[in-house]
Amino acid sequence: MFNAFVQVVRKDLIGAFRQQSEILNPIWFFIIVITLFPLGIGTDPALLSRIAPGIIWVAALLSALLSFERLFKDDYIDGSLEQMMISPHSLTWLVSAKVFAHWTLTGLPILVISPILAIFLSLELNTFWALFLTLLLGTPILSLLGAIGVALTIGLRKGGVLLSLIMLPLSIPILIFSTMAIDAAAFGQSYTGMLALLGAMLVATITLAPYAIAASLRVSVS
Amino acid sequence: MLQCKNLTCVREERVLFSNLNFTLHPGEIVHVEGPNGVGKTSLFRLLSGLSRPYSGDITWQDKGILSDRAYYHEQLLYIGHKSGVKPELTALENLSFYHSLYNCELEYDAWDVLALVGLVGYENIPAGQLSAGQQRRVALARLWFTHCSLWILDEPFTAIDKNGVSVIERLLVEHAKNGGMVILTTHQDLLIPDNLYKKLIMKKPTAEEQYV
Repeated sequence: MFNAFVQVVRKDLIGAFRQQSEILNPIWFFIIVITLFPLGIGTDPALLSRIAPGIIWVAALLSALLSFERLFKDDYIDGSLEQMMISPHSLTWLVSAKVFAHWTLTGLPILVISPILAIFLSLELNTFWALFLTLLLGTPILSLLGAIGVALTIGLRKGGVLLSLIMLPLSIPILIFSTMAIDAAAFGQSYTGMLALLGAMLVATITLAPYAIAASLRVSVS
Repeated sequence: MLQCKNLTCVREERVLFSNLNFTLHPGEIVHVEGPNGVGKTSLFRLLSGLSRPYSGDITWQDKGILSDRAYYHEQLLYIGHKSGVKPELTALENLSFYHSLYNCELEYDAWDVLALVGLVGYENIPAGQLSAGQQRRVALARLWFTHCSLWILDEPFTAIDKNGVSVIERLLVEHAKNGGMVILTTHQDLLIPDNLYKKLIMKKPTAEEQYV
């Protein structure tokens, strides 16, 4: 069973690395949005560091949205999604592997480049640390929630708009609590409460979302 | 034993077939015949558990196939229109992916399988760059390392050359001799002796029968 998980992740990662534009696009988008802000509104450090949490989180959300469509689409088109649905392994487990692969391709790179972007936006170390922790907890939630939306819209020809309609309201709580945590950190207050809420959301989505994704796929691919 | 009882399939508010009954016993090969659009692929998707019937039951060893998916899918090998070959992975990587997906305990030598389907020398090329027939061969290579007893093959011979078809036909006969079951569609005539397989002929419903 664990072997199947590893193989699904491996297949997705190899596939993504062979079609490099696919993995680079969302990251490029993220970097471009964040580098354009200082150019557009001026380089006043006080202003930048105040709006930085919002910018980074909105950019992360939009770049995630950009990457979702490919999450199940290729597998749906070439038929390997069907094969996963009729494999003796539980579909819930296999889609968890897909979401994990998606997160390593979209969420993880954002975490890795976030220190550089923090310098662009003149964030202090304490604030940056809060930003990093919220991204660490928040991006997996985005991947999991997005996967439910993708699973629901996969059979549709133009599911993109519907996907954002499903996905954005669900992700707003994460945006709110993350920016609250970063704001609190910027004012030197404690932000563990917000992190705990994000952690709770992460636990809830990790345990429940794979079932929702599997059920949605069964409905969409029939 | 795979059994269909009073199976009815409705697509886009039209009846494709209704009250279909048949049983597939161990050792049987069934060739489903019928014109385009008669519902062969829809039938196979129902049989594989990918979609749900409008009415009727499909049972495997007297248990509903959807009531215990893992038990049924452990024994099922389904190759559909979409072959399930990942275009960006090589033939070898595709094989090892499906090997783990099918929970195979069988030891297999990927090179032997590649040799059997005639893909030695192409093993490191992404499957998307192979010809249509070769991609189909990658998909069909699964037949050689599976322990599944029920094979559902939707148009397996598309784009396969004559020689390849006869190799696969021999494999099907061999599988049936060992107590396996095969149900397949193809628009070509099967070149295996008539006494070794059965035909299931599907006809289009009349205009009145098409309404739900």
